[in-house]
Amino acid sequence: MSRAAAAAEPVVLDALDRALINGLQGGFPLSDRPYAEVGERFGLSEDDVIARIGGLLDRGVLSRFGPMYHAERLGGGLALAAMKVPEGEFEAVNEAVNALDAVAHNYARDHAFNMWFVLATETPEGIDAAARDIEAATGYPVYLMPKIEEYFVGLRFEA
Amino acid sequence: MIDDIDRRIIIETQGGLPLVPRPYAAVADAVGTTAEDVTARMTRMLDAGIIRRIGAVPNHYALGYRGNGMSVWDVPDERVSELGRRIGALDFVSHCYHRPRHLPDWPYNLFAMVHGKDRDAVRDEVAAIAALLGEANRGHRVLFSTRILKKTGLRLAG
Repeated sequence: MSRAAAAAEPVVLDALDRALINGLQGGFPLSDRPYAEVGERFGLSEDDVIARIGGLLDRGVLSRFGPMYHAERLGGGLALAAMKVPEGEFEAVNEAVNALDAVAHNYARDHAFNMWFVLATETPEGIDAAARDIEAATGYPVYLMPKIEEYFVGLRFEA
Repeated sequence: MIDDIDRRIIIETQGGLPLVPRPYAAVADAVGTTAEDVTARMTRMLDAGIIRRIGAVPNHYALGYRGNGMSVWDVPDERVSELGRRIGALDFVSHCYHRPRHLPDWPYNLFAMVHGKDRDAVRDEVAAIAALLGEANRGHRVLFSTRILKKTGLRLAG
Protein backbone atom coordinates (compact mmCIF):
# COMPACT_ATOMS: atom_id res chain seq x y z
CA MET A 1 0.00 0.00 0.00
CA SER A 2 2.86 2.41 0.57
CA ARG A 3 4.12 4.05 -2.55
CA ALA A 4 7.67 5.21 -2.71
CA ALA A 5 7.32 8.16 -5.08
CA ALA A 6 9.07 11.19 -3.60
CA ALA A 7 8.27 14.41 -5.41
CA ALA A 8 11.27 16.71 -5.38
CA GLU A 9 9.44 19.60 -7.04
CA PRO A 10 6.11 21.18 -6.13
CA VAL A 11 3.39 19.58 -8.17
CA VAL A 12 0.32 21.07 -9.79
CA LEU A 13 -2.84 20.41 -7.81
CA ASP A 14 -6.40 21.23 -8.77
CA ALA A 15 -8.99 22.61 -6.37
CA LEU A 16 -10.37 19.16 -5.52
CA ASP A 17 -6.89 17.77 -4.78
CA ARG A 18 -6.31 20.68 -2.43
CA ALA A 19 -9.65 20.26 -0.74
CA LEU A 20 -8.96 16.55 -0.17
CA ILE A 21 -5.45 17.16 1.18
CA ASN A 22 -6.62 19.90 3.52
CA GLY A 23 -9.78 18.10 4.56
CA LEU A 24 -8.39 14.61 5.09
CA GLN A 25 -5.42 15.15 7.39
CA GLY A 26 -7.37 13.58 10.21
CA GLY A 27 -10.77 12.23 11.03
CA PHE A 28 -11.06 9.70 8.21
CA PRO A 29 -14.22 7.72 9.07
CA LEU A 30 -14.08 4.31 10.74
CA SER A 31 -17.19 3.19 8.90
CA ASP A 32 -18.21 0.52 6.41
CA ARG A 33 -17.79 2.73 3.31
CA PRO A 34 -15.49 5.55 4.43
CA TYR A 35 -14.50 6.70 0.94
CA ALA A 36 -18.19 7.03 0.01
CA GLU A 37 -18.79 8.99 3.20
CA VAL A 38 -15.89 11.33 2.40
CA GLY A 39 -17.18 11.64 -1.17
CA GLU A 40 -20.50 13.00 0.06
CA ARG A 41 -18.63 15.74 1.88
CA PHE A 42 -16.69 16.74 -1.24
CA GLY A 43 -19.34 16.08 -3.88
CA LEU A 44 -17.40 13.14 -5.31
CA SER A 45 -18.27 9.52 -5.93
CA GLU A 46 -16.64 6.77 -3.89
CA ASP A 47 -14.61 5.73 -6.96
CA ASP A 48 -13.46 9.32 -7.52
CA VAL A 49 -12.24 9.65 -3.93
CA ILE A 50 -10.31 6.39 -4.19
CA ALA A 51 -8.82 7.39 -7.55
CA ARG A 52 -7.87 10.88 -6.32
CA ILE A 53 -6.14 9.57 -3.21
CA GLY A 54 -4.35 6.91 -5.28
CA GLY A 55 -3.23 9.61 -7.71
CA LEU A 56 -1.90 11.85 -4.91
CA LEU A 57 0.06 8.88 -3.52
CA ASP A 58 1.43 7.98 -6.96
CA ARG A 59 2.56 11.56 -7.54
CA GLY A 60 4.25 11.68 -4.15
CA VAL A 61 1.99 14.48 -2.88
CA LEU A 62 0.92 12.21 -0.05
CA SER A 63 3.56 10.01 1.53
CA ARG A 64 0.88 7.81 3.06
CA PHE A 65 -2.86 7.49 3.56
CA GLY A 66 -4.14 5.75 6.66
CA PRO A 67 -3.58 5.56 10.39
CA MET A 68 -0.53 7.24 11.94
CA TYR A 69 0.62 5.15 14.86
CA HIS A 70 2.26 6.52 18.00
CA ALA A 71 5.38 4.39 18.47
CA GLU A 72 5.91 4.84 22.20
CA ARG A 73 2.28 4.03 23.00
CA LEU A 74 2.82 0.69 21.28
CA GLY A 75 5.55 -0.04 23.80
CA GLY A 76 8.31 0.50 21.28
CA GLY A 77 11.31 2.80 21.25
CA LEU A 78 11.61 6.03 19.32
CA ALA A 79 14.52 8.44 19.16
CA LEU A 80 15.90 11.17 16.99
CA ALA A 81 19.56 10.57 16.18
CA ALA A 82 22.25 12.63 14.52
CA MET A 83 25.63 11.95 12.97
CA LYS A 84 28.54 14.04 11.74
CA VAL A 85 29.51 12.43 8.46
CA PRO A 86 32.47 13.59 6.32
CA GLU A 87 31.26 14.82 2.92
CA GLY A 88 33.17 12.21 0.95
CA GLU A 89 31.60 9.34 2.88
CA PHE A 90 28.09 10.69 3.04
CA GLU A 91 26.57 8.41 0.41
CA ALA A 92 28.15 5.25 1.82
CA VAL A 93 27.06 6.09 5.37
CA ASN A 94 23.59 7.00 4.12
CA GLU A 95 23.29 3.62 2.47
CA ALA A 96 24.36 1.81 5.66
CA VAL A 97 21.96 3.84 7.82
CA ASN A 98 18.98 3.50 5.50
CA ALA A 99 19.52 -0.25 5.25
CA LEU A 100 18.27 -0.63 8.82
CA ASP A 101 14.53 -1.23 9.18
CA ALA A 102 14.67 0.76 12.43
CA VAL A 103 15.43 3.94 10.47
CA ALA A 104 12.05 5.51 9.72
CA HIS A 105 13.02 8.94 8.37
CA ASN A 106 16.37 10.34 7.40
CA TYR A 107 17.18 13.92 6.40
CA ALA A 108 20.38 15.59 5.25
CA ARG A 109 20.81 18.94 7.03
CA ASP A 110 23.22 21.84 6.59
CA HIS A 111 25.25 21.60 9.81
CA ALA A 112 28.31 19.72 11.11
CA PHE A 113 25.64 17.29 12.32
CA ASN A 114 24.57 16.63 8.76
CA MET A 115 22.55 13.42 8.98
CA TRP A 116 19.40 13.28 11.11
CA PHE A 117 17.21 10.24 11.36
CA VAL A 118 14.47 8.72 13.48
CA LEU A 119 14.96 5.29 14.99
CA ALA A 120 11.77 3.33 15.70
CA THR A 121 12.16 -0.05 17.36
CA GLU A 122 9.78 -2.63 18.80
CA THR A 123 11.22 -2.31 22.30
CA PRO A 124 12.78 0.68 24.10
CA GLU A 125 16.04 -1.30 24.40
CA GLY A 126 16.16 -1.65 20.62
CA ILE A 127 17.21 2.00 20.25
CA ASP A 128 20.64 1.53 21.80
CA ALA A 129 21.15 -1.67 19.84
CA ALA A 130 20.26 0.07 16.57
CA ALA A 131 22.64 2.95 17.36
CA ARG A 132 25.44 0.47 18.09
CA ASP A 133 24.71 -1.36 14.82
CA ILE A 134 25.01 1.88 12.89
CA GLU A 135 28.23 2.83 14.68
CA ALA A 136 29.68 -0.60 13.90
CA ALA A 137 28.61 -0.41 10.25
CA THR A 138 29.83 3.15 9.65
CA GLY A 139 32.60 3.80 12.15
CA TYR A 140 30.99 7.09 13.23
CA PRO A 141 29.26 7.90 16.53
CA VAL A 142 25.49 8.15 16.70
CA TYR A 143 24.19 10.94 18.98
CA LEU A 144 20.85 9.87 20.40
CA MET A 145 18.37 12.63 21.18
CA PRO A 146 15.18 10.93 22.38
CA LYS A 147 12.45 13.32 23.36
CA ILE A 148 12.23 14.12 27.06
CA GLU A 149 8.96 15.98 26.76
CA GLU A 150 6.59 16.69 23.85
CA TYR A 151 4.85 20.07 23.61
CA PHE A 152 3.04 19.86 20.31
CA VAL A 153 2.82 17.57 17.32
CA GLY A 154 0.46 18.18 14.48
CA LEU A 155 0.85 20.92 11.94
CA ARG A 156 -1.84 20.77 9.30
CA PHE A 157 -0.10 21.48 6.03
CA GLU A 158 -2.16 23.64 3.77
CA ALA A 159 -2.10 22.69 0.11
CA MET B 1 -2.06 -2.48 25.84
CA ILE B 2 -2.41 -4.15 22.44
CA ASP B 3 -3.17 -7.79 21.77
CA ASP B 4 -2.25 -10.01 18.88
CA ILE B 5 -5.17 -8.97 16.68
CA ASP B 6 -4.42 -5.28 17.27
CA ARG B 7 -0.85 -5.99 16.32
CA ARG B 8 -1.90 -7.69 13.10
CA ILE B 9 -4.13 -4.73 12.28
CA ILE B 10 -1.20 -2.36 12.83
CA ILE B 11 1.09 -4.39 10.59
CA GLU B 12 -1.59 -4.53 7.92
CA THR B 13 -2.33 -0.78 7.96
CA GLN B 14 0.95 0.91 8.87
CA GLY B 15 1.84 1.37 5.21
CA GLY B 16 -1.61 2.73 4.43
CA LEU B 17 -5.29 1.80 4.22
CA PRO B 18 -6.42 -0.30 1.25
CA LEU B 19 -7.86 1.88 -1.52
CA VAL B 20 -10.99 -0.23 -1.93
CA PRO B 21 -14.63 0.61 -1.10
CA ARG B 22 -14.58 -1.40 2.16
CA PRO B 23 -11.01 -0.91 3.42
CA TYR B 24 -11.67 -2.17 6.95
CA ALA B 25 -13.29 -5.34 5.60
CA ALA B 26 -10.17 -5.89 3.49
CA VAL B 27 -8.00 -5.43 6.58
CA ALA B 28 -10.31 -7.77 8.51
CA ASP B 29 -9.93 -10.48 5.86
CA ALA B 30 -6.16 -10.14 6.00
CA VAL B 31 -5.96 -10.45 9.79
CA GLY B 32 -8.74 -12.99 10.26
CA THR B 33 -11.52 -11.05 11.96
CA THR B 34 -14.59 -9.00 11.05
CA ALA B 35 -14.78 -5.44 9.73
CA GLU B 36 -16.75 -4.45 12.84
CA ASP B 37 -13.97 -5.79 15.04
CA VAL B 38 -11.34 -3.87 13.04
CA THR B 39 -13.19 -0.55 13.31
CA ALA B 40 -13.93 -1.14 17.02
CA ARG B 41 -10.28 -1.86 17.71
CA MET B 42 -9.06 1.09 15.66
CA THR B 43 -11.55 3.35 17.45
CA ARG B 44 -10.14 2.16 20.76
CA MET B 45 -6.55 2.72 19.58
CA LEU B 46 -7.50 6.21 18.41
CA ASP B 47 -9.09 7.01 21.79
CA ALA B 48 -6.01 5.64 23.59
CA GLY B 49 -3.67 7.74 21.45
CA ILE B 50 -2.03 4.65 19.93
CA ILE B 51 -3.30 6.00 16.61
CA ARG B 52 -2.59 9.73 16.43
CA ARG B 53 -4.96 10.28 13.54
CA ILE B 54 -6.28 8.60 10.39
CA GLY B 55 -5.96 10.34 7.07
CA ALA B 56 -3.61 11.87 4.55
CA VAL B 57 0.07 12.33 5.35
CA PRO B 58 1.25 15.04 2.96
CA ASN B 59 4.76 15.25 1.62
CA HIS B 60 5.37 18.87 2.53
CA TYR B 61 8.04 19.25 -0.16
CA ALA B 62 5.51 18.38 -2.82
CA LEU B 63 3.11 20.97 -1.39
CA GLY B 64 5.70 23.68 -1.80
CA TYR B 65 6.85 23.86 1.82
CA ARG B 66 10.51 23.97 0.92
CA GLY B 67 11.78 25.69 4.06
CA ASN B 68 11.49 22.89 6.61
CA GLY B 69 13.84 24.26 9.25
CA MET B 70 14.71 22.45 12.45
CA SER B 71 15.28 25.25 14.93
CA VAL B 72 17.26 24.26 18.01
CA TRP B 73 17.56 26.33 21.16
CA ASP B 74 19.68 26.38 24.30
CA VAL B 75 17.33 27.45 27.08
CA PRO B 76 17.60 27.03 30.87
CA ASP B 77 16.44 23.53 31.84
CA GLU B 78 14.17 24.87 34.57
CA ARG B 79 12.20 26.89 32.01
CA VAL B 80 12.13 24.42 29.12
CA SER B 81 8.58 23.10 29.78
CA GLU B 82 7.03 26.54 30.01
CA LEU B 83 8.89 27.81 26.94
CA GLY B 84 8.27 24.62 24.97
CA ARG B 85 4.52 24.96 25.47
CA ARG B 86 4.58 28.56 24.27
CA ILE B 87 6.62 27.75 21.17
CA GLY B 88 4.52 24.66 20.45
CA ALA B 89 1.44 26.88 20.37
CA LEU B 90 2.79 28.92 17.41
CA ASP B 91 0.92 28.02 14.23
CA PHE B 92 4.05 27.54 12.10
CA VAL B 93 5.58 25.03 14.51
CA SER B 94 4.71 21.39 13.73
CA HIS B 95 6.68 19.58 16.42
CA CYS B 96 8.25 20.87 19.61
CA TYR B 97 10.30 18.73 21.97
CA HIS B 98 12.68 18.88 24.92
CA ARG B 99 15.70 16.72 24.01
CA PRO B 100 19.04 16.00 25.74
CA ARG B 101 22.14 18.09 25.11
CA HIS B 102 25.40 16.43 24.04
CA LEU B 103 27.98 18.82 25.46
CA PRO B 104 30.24 20.22 24.22
CA ASP B 105 29.22 19.44 20.62
CA TRP B 106 25.52 20.00 21.00
CA PRO B 107 24.28 22.52 23.59
CA TYR B 108 20.65 22.70 22.38
CA ASN B 109 17.83 21.27 24.49
CA LEU B 110 14.67 22.55 22.80
CA PHE B 111 13.71 21.62 19.23
CA ALA B 112 10.99 23.27 17.16
CA MET B 113 10.27 22.26 13.57
CA VAL B 114 9.22 25.32 11.58
CA HIS B 115 7.77 25.33 8.08
CA GLY B 116 7.46 27.96 5.41
CA LYS B 117 7.26 28.33 1.68
CA ASP B 118 10.96 29.19 1.54
CA ARG B 119 13.95 29.68 3.79
CA ASP B 120 13.35 33.39 4.25
CA ALA B 121 9.90 32.63 5.61
CA VAL B 122 11.46 30.12 8.00
CA ARG B 123 14.09 32.65 9.10
CA ASP B 124 11.33 35.15 9.92
CA GLU B 125 9.59 32.48 11.97
CA VAL B 126 12.80 31.65 13.81
CA ALA B 127 13.26 35.37 14.56
CA ALA B 128 9.76 35.40 16.05
CA ILE B 129 10.69 32.49 18.33
CA ALA B 130 13.89 34.29 19.37
CA ALA B 131 11.83 37.36 20.26
CA LEU B 132 9.43 35.23 22.28
CA LEU B 133 12.30 33.60 24.20
CA GLY B 134 14.14 36.83 24.93
CA GLU B 135 16.93 36.35 27.46
CA ALA B 136 16.07 32.67 27.88
CA ASN B 137 17.65 32.11 24.45
CA ARG B 138 21.31 31.39 25.18
CA GLY B 139 22.00 30.33 21.61
CA HIS B 140 20.17 28.86 18.66
CA ARG B 141 20.58 27.50 15.16
CA VAL B 142 18.29 26.58 12.34
CA LEU B 143 19.19 23.45 10.40
CA PHE B 144 17.63 23.27 6.96
CA SER B 145 16.98 19.95 5.33
CA THR B 146 18.84 19.68 2.07
CA ARG B 147 17.53 16.24 1.06
CA ILE B 148 15.05 13.61 2.22
CA LEU B 149 17.21 10.49 2.48
CA LYS B 150 14.49 8.11 3.64
CA LYS B 151 10.85 8.48 4.55
CA THR B 152 8.81 5.56 5.76
CA GLY B 153 6.34 5.27 8.56
CA LEU B 154 6.69 3.25 11.70
CA ARG B 155 7.25 -0.37 10.82
CA LEU B 156 6.37 -3.30 13.01
CA ALA B 157 7.90 -6.48 11.67
CA GLY B 158 5.24 -8.82 10.29
